[in-house]
This record gives sequence, C-alpha cells and structure tokens, in this order.
Amino acid sequence: MKALVWHGKQDIRCDTVTDPEIEDPRDAIIKVTSCAICGSDLHLFHNFIPAMLPGDIMGHEMMGEVMEVGSGVNGRLKKGDRIVVPFTIICGECDQCKRGNFSVCERTNRKKDLADKVFGHSTAGLFGYTHLTGGYPGGQAEYLRVPFADRTHIKVPSHLTDEQVLFLGDILPTGWQAAAQCDIEETDTVAVWGCGPVGQMTIRSAILLGARQVVAIDRLPERLSMAEAAGAITINFEKESVIGRLEDLTDGKGPEKCIDSVGLESHVSFGQPDTLLDRAKQMMMLESDRPHVLREMIYVCRPAGIVSIPGVYGGLVDKFPMGIAMNKGLTFRMGQTHVNRWTDDLLRRIEEGEIDPSFVITHTARLEDGPHMYNVFRDKQDGCVKVVLKP
Amino acid sequence: MNMMVRAADIARWPSDPKVTQTGRSSLTEAVRMARGLGWFSIGLGLFELFGARSLARTLGFRDSEWLIRGYGLREVASGLACLSVNPGPGVASRIAGDALDIVTLAALSRPDNPKKRNVELALLAVLGVTLLDMLCQADVSIRHSRGRSGSHDYSDRSGLPRRLKELRTELDSV
Ligand SMILES: NC(=O)c1ccc[n+]([C@@H]2O[C@H](COP(=O)([O-])OP(=O)(O)OC[C@H]3O[C@@H](n4cnc5c(N)ncnc54)[C@H](O)[C@@H]3O)[C@@H](O)[C@H]2O)c1
Ligand SMILES: [Zn+2]
Ligand SMILES: [Zn+2]
Repeated sequence: MKALVWHGKQDIRCDTVTDPEIEDPRDAIIKVTSCAICGSDLHLFHNFIPAMLPGDIMGHEMMGEVMEVGSGVNGRLKKGDRIVVPFTIICGECDQCKRGNFSVCERTNRKKDLADKVFGHSTAGLFGYTHLTGGYPGGQAEYLRVPFADRTHIKVPSHLTDEQVLFLGDILPTGWQAAAQCDIEETDTVAVWGCGPVGQMTIRSAILLGARQVVAIDRLPERLSMAEAAGAITINFEKESVIGRLEDLTDGKGPEKCIDSVGLESHVSFGQPDTLLDRAKQMMMLESDRPHVLREMIYVCRPAGIVSIPGVYGGLVDKFPMGIAMNKGLTFRMGQTHVNRWTDDLLRRIEEGEIDPSFVITHTARLEDGPHMYNVFRDKQDGCVKVVLKP
Repeated sequence: MNMMVRAADIARWPSDPKVTQTGRSSLTEAVRMARGLGWFSIGLGLFELFGARSLARTLGFRDSEWLIRGYGLREVASGLACLSVNPGPGVASRIAGDALDIVTLAALSRPDNPKKRNVELALLAVLGVTLLDMLCQADVSIRHSRGRSGSHDYSDRSGLPRRLKELRTELDSV
C-alpha cells in the first residue's frame, strides 16, 4: 500500500509499504477514506519530538471503513462499519481509562519500558507518533491496523460526511478539552494564542461554552479572518501589543482564562526577542522548545486564573517564570487529549448543527501529494489552514 | 533501499509495515542546497578556527590569527542556521559573511603582499561560493515564501451553523 513515511527532518515521502495485518484478537484493519495533517505532525516533520525512526508511517487523524476484525473485538465492531479513529489508543479497562483519562491509558503503549524510563511513567500509545508513545504506524496511508479496536474507535452515522466527522479523532476534542478545562464562566474573557486548526476549534468551543468574549491571537491575516468569522476579537501580534490589547479588553485586569494553541514552535521574530534566544539555544541543543506563549500567558493572565495548554511541548523549556505563576496562584491544565471522553457530546453537537468542523478545511489532496502538502501547510502557503488527504 | 530505514527496521515492531519502495520526498532542492552550504560553512569555519595560523601564512595576513578565528566562529554559526528548519536567515547571514570575506581579501591583494597569488585564488573561490549562496537564497525565498497567502479571506467560515442562523433571525426581527 501507499503511505506517508518519515525519513528525517523535513523529509516525508510517499512510499510503498507492506500491508498491515491483524496481529492480535483485538485488532481491526480499516481502509482509510480520509486523513489529515496536524500541527503535531509539523513538530515531527521538524524533528523536534524525539524518538522518530526513518521508515515510520505518519498520521494520527484518520477515518475509514472496517475491512477485517480480530476474534477478540466481540461484536463491538464489524466489517463495513464506518469509524473515526481517535489518535489515542485506549484499552478501556485500566484505572486511567475508567476515569476517562484516555490519553494516559496504562496498557496501550507497547514501548512502555522506554516511556517509563523517559517520562517516569508511561502514557497511552498514539498513532503515527514517536517511539516514546509506542511507535504505532499512522493513518496517512491506505490501510491502518487499529489495535484495541473494540475500544479505540468512534462509530459515525452515514448521513454525516467525512469532512464533518473526521476531526472528532483529534482537533475538535482537543479544542473542546482546552476550553472545557478552563471552567468557563459567563463573565470570562478567554484569550487563545494561535489560530491554526486547534486554535480555531478552541475558539468555537470557548464560545459554545459561554465565554463573555474570546480573543484570538496570531499573525496570519487569513487565520485571523477565520477566527473573526466565529465571533472572536482578534489581535495580530506583529502589528499590535498582545499584552496592551488584552489589558484594554479586560479593564486592565487581564483575561481570566488563557489557552496556548501554539505549542513548542512559537514564531521567531525580533518583536519577541526571547524567541531569538530560544531559537539559538535550540540550534545548539541547549533547549528543545520555544515557550514564548507560556511566558506571555503567565504574565498577562489574571491572578487566580487558569492557563490551559493543548499546544504540544516536547522536552525542556528555559526561563519559565515559575515565580510569577506561583505568586499569582495560577492553575495549569494540559495534556494530550482524552479524545473519547468528549465523543458523545461532540457528535451530538455536530448532528444538531451546533458546530460543523469542516469549516477549517482549506485544502483537499491525494495521498500521493502528501509530501508537497506538508510544505504547503508548514509554509502557510495559499491560505492553507487544514489539509485533508484522500488515499 | 535506504540504509537508515533498514537499520531502523530492527527497532521497529516486527510485524509493522515495512518500506518496500520509496517515493518522492518533501525535501525541496532549496532546502537540500541550504544544507549543503551549511555543512560547507561549518567545515570552513572549523578550518579557520583551528588552522588560523597556517591560513594567515598562506594569505600573507600577518598578526591576524584572532580575526581569522572570529571569522571561523561566524562561519560555524551561519552553518548551523543553514541546517535549521528555516534556512533563510542562515543563508542570508552567509551572504553578509561573503561580503566581509571579499572586502578582507581585496584589502590583502596588494602588490607588496608576497602571497598575492594565493589571495587572488581565495578571492575567486569566495566569489564562486557567493554566487551559490545568492542562488540558494533566491530559491529558498521563492520556494518557501507565503506569497499572497494573507489575502485569503475566511470571514464566511463561522463553523457554527445554528448560532449563525439565530443571529440572522435576530437581525431580521429588528
Ligand atoms: N493536546 C493535544 O492532544 C493536541 C492535539 C492536536 C494538536 N496539538 C498541538 O496544538 C498545537 C497547534 O496545532 P495546529 O494544528 O493548530 O498547528 P499550526 O502550526 O497550524 O498552528 C499554530 C499557529 O500558532 C501561530 N503562532 C505562532 N507563534 C505564535 C505566537 N507567539 N502567538 C500567537 N500565535 C502564534 C501560528 O501562526 C499558527 O497559526 C500544536 O502544538 C499541536 O502539536 C495538541
Ligand atoms: Zn494532532
Ligand atoms: Zn486503558
């Protein structure tokens, strides 16, 4: 089959690979009908997340049709079912899964020993991600083996299109969890850094969860226009002062809730001198991440406020203003998304027409064009916000 | 078949799909060239750092070892920047460095310099590399620029159909 394969920094190829097979009774094989490129894939593309190996298949946002199921799936899934695959692989039985903490499932990381050593304790297995999370082949491919398939799936009704439901597997619940964990009250100002696909979902979630005002921060006009379309107030950080505008919008008190939908690759510019230093340190391998947004959020957030971090961080950050965070009594919430925790609620909202996540798709291409689309998405060319690939 | 992939297959789960044939890469010519120049820059920089004395002698450049070491440091820094995911500034810094090298060598190419011939050869080499740097710079900025991306307008993409409908009826009723 064809698949997008990681070969090294900025080197993703559309290769021919052997077909996946059922290995375990709980497995299923799906024929992928749609998959997408995520901002997290860009971190891998740039080789900022450790433990990728040349030959790894990319992709963790995918859906398709069930072709084959193992004997242990126990009727929970059958041939012909149409499913979205959550990017977090879950067993559904361990202590964490029982609590709904799916992204830290205790059983699905098949490289648990490695993860235990590096993280202290292992987290869940993830598709198309590093070997620290199991090194499972991803879904930017024609076929995908879904381990623990009896639990790791979201069944979707046939009257909804791929485009409407595909993002149930990652960015929609990610934006939703980012907002939900802010405990939004109707008097709140929610500031969202980053208007990429995750930021866009976050903005809409914060609005649906009843925030008084949502402020969206980015520098790309087309993405800011998309944020505005949902009703957000926008700040272009290349043109105006983020802190100044946020103070103005909150009577000088700062936003109660701050959300980082940017992650470890904050934009580098002279306007934000700390990013230059971080970039230099990254090149000399003295620091792995550029935490500019975290610094800004901690500074501007209202005391006793909540800082929510869906943006991915990979390793070590420097000059983290812990003193300010501690003295202001900020609450931090973060993590890979517990996808299935939010599925029922979000699927209902899509069916009822409350949210239609397909608004974010700007480009649809063939899987073979994937390597090129990585560059288009990365360089934000041609107004690209979200790429969907059709194998 | 790629050696790296074969070697990594050992660490991969035995039954996972394996690459049998490799296809077109996302790596652009522009980035490949920038990486080539980056490694060249690092090599030259290290030579200037550690071979400053013999280089000074070859060029008839007396009492200037520390200057040459400084240039070496500059080359290494530019080289690292060329290898990064955004090679543009790295290549630009190489071009600025080329200009500095040219000025320095031109000043050394005096009739009273017994090593004038060597200096001229070096100057020729630097001019050649400068040309490559400029080609690479142009390629990177064309291939990886945003173009007119910012003119796309998505203000009709609310993604909240019900809310939009409610707002419309509200508007209609006033
Ligand atoms: N927690 C999870 O489970 C989860 C799931 C999906 C994605 N993610 C992460 O979410 C993040 C965003 O993903 P995406 O797909 O939207 O990526 P993206 O790269 O398309 O978007 C990032 C956006 O941030 C903007 N930006 C950069 N620096 C900024 C700054 N200083 N201030 C404000 N905006 C800035 C960029 O212009 C860009 O529009 C990534 O780190 C990704 O890995 C996390
Ligand atoms: Zn993702
Ligand atoms: Zn579990």
